[in-house]
Amino acid sequence: MNDRANNRRWALLGMGIALLVLIFLPPLLPPYVTVLLTQGLIYGIAAMSLDILIGYTGLAALGHAAFFAIGSYTAAILITRYHLGFGTGLISSVGIAAVAAAALGPLSLRATRIYFLMITLSIAMCLWGLIYRWSSFTGGDNGISGIHRPDLGLPLSMSEDRFFYYFILAVFIVITMLIIRLIHSPFGKTLVGIRDSESRMRVLGFNTWLHKYMAYIIAGALAGFAGNLYAYYNGFVNADIANLPGCMKLVLMVSLGGKGTLLGPAIGAVIITFLENMVSVYTDRWLMVLGIVYIVTARVMPGGIMAILKQLGRSTKTL
Amino acid sequence: MDFWILQAFNGLTFAALLFLLGGGLTLIFGVMRVVNIAQGTFYLVGGYIGYTVISHSGNFYLGLVASCAVICLLGIAMETFLLRDLVNDDLRMMLITMGVALFFQDLCLVVWGGNPLSIEVPKYLAGTIRIGRINFSTLRTFMLGAAALLYLALWLFEKKTRVGAMVRAAVDNAEIADGLGINVVLVRMGVFGLGALLAGFGGVFGCAFMAIYPGLDFELLPYAFVVVILGGLGSLPGALCGAIIVGLADNFSKALIPELSYFSVFAPMAIVLAWRPTGLMGKS
Repeated sequence: MNDRANNRRWALLGMGIALLVLIFLPPLLPPYVTVLLTQGLIYGIAAMSLDILIGYTGLAALGHAAFFAIGSYTAAILITRYHLGFGTGLISSVGIAAVAAAALGPLSLRATRIYFLMITLSIAMCLWGLIYRWSSFTGGDNGISGIHRPDLGLPLSMSEDRFFYYFILAVFIVITMLIIRLIHSPFGKTLVGIRDSESRMRVLGFNTWLHKYMAYIIAGALAGFAGNLYAYYNGFVNADIANLPGCMKLVLMVSLGGKGTLLGPAIGAVIITFLENMVSVYTDRWLMVLGIVYIVTARVMPGGIMAILKQLGRSTKTL
Repeated sequence: MDFWILQAFNGLTFAALLFLLGGGLTLIFGVMRVVNIAQGTFYLVGGYIGYTVISHSGNFYLGLVASCAVICLLGIAMETFLLRDLVNDDLRMMLITMGVALFFQDLCLVVWGGNPLSIEVPKYLAGTIRIGRINFSTLRTFMLGAAALLYLALWLFEKKTRVGAMVRAAVDNAEIADGLGINVVLVRMGVFGLGALLAGFGGVFGCAFMAIYPGLDFELLPYAFVVVILGGLGSLPGALCGAIIVGLADNFSKALIPELSYFSVFAPMAIVLAWRPTGLMGKS
């Protein structure tokens, strides 16, 4: 019990420091760091939503980026063609992603383990194919450009990268709080129970299918939310976010950070975002580097960065 | 009528290619329980090696053999050094296969450049065969025959030989097979090599009739996935059925409703899954 309280204290301390850094450091750093952090936080939301499935429910949903893409494209199409405002766009993105998850969930959840993993991935790739080929609606290979930063009715202009960063940071904090609440709710505890032993939970009288289905929809909706923000951040969307590397990138973020740790995947998202942009500056061989990152993550760090941090914490305690 | 026959023929040749890709995937899945994302990469690298050897030596078959040999070794190396000790950890193994796929895709870009490359086939394969009023491509017919023979050989190997029985035992229950004295480690290595080899073989033919370029690996992979999901992971006859369904569905939809071509591949999968979650011939 004492150990658990200790862990909690460490976690809170870590979160507090991270928060202070995220609030006060960016103005002191070069502007592009703020831009990359913005992207990292948006991907962080997507990675955390995936962690609900992979880390807490035990569903390896490899094609989760599909819902991110749905959110992005919904935003892009509504903003550029119908000039909808931020609020309506956001609600539509989340709503359509949730509806898509609700429609695809029964199909995906018919399968278990490796079949589930492949089916979700295939769904994402079919979506990618649809986006790619249905160019009259989605812009095909060219994607959709000309998405302007939202007007929030605040005196601060979101076209200013600094203000947009703080807006995204605020959103990120709220979403993180919500997901933490979800994880610690009875519903979240049931998901963890399903992850550890689905048959046990079923015998205890839980409707495990419904729980998994709900988790799938919630995670899909959150990914759609992140996708919406991404469209605003980038000003441009194309099919690449739903293709195989796009899907696996989210999974890599979760694994690199540490599945089932929630904040780990967010850290993983920030790291991958920075790596992607920094390495590309120095070499054209980013994909090779990324390939090595995949292999190293899977082989050397099974528990991700969070496990390493935890181990460090433990060793300092014994000193 | 001619249109339908020709489209069906083209669909079947695409199915042959998909079988080479999906068959390898399903073999590897059977023994390793991993979905090998690098399968498309084996195809791509195989095609490139075939291209290089054929354009230097002028011998199509030499290129085919060289490509198969190199890709087989590549598969064995990957299994030995990266995957062997992680069996049972789906997600980590998949991340590794993704890493390998990205690495080699980029390497191909460095070595062979980004332009589509195509193999020149021997003269007697380049023409067409005329049956009735329709001209069938000789190369496609040849590939169809080669894939059919390969399937037959694999099927006989799996069902009728002692080694094949060992493979089946390792697929069904690796622990018990190991306890009975079957060298499961060796079986896994061999089957991984064989699965990779099939993709390399397909790559050379693919390079001959539809050109290859970096990125093709990830374009073909969804097809291969749908093939094995349809047929059932780990089942060779399943992969054949899946390949035929996907090959025909894709070809007809491309000819009739091009905008929905990917979807027409997805639809049969959705229908089959709604009915049988482990595919047509998969075991639960």
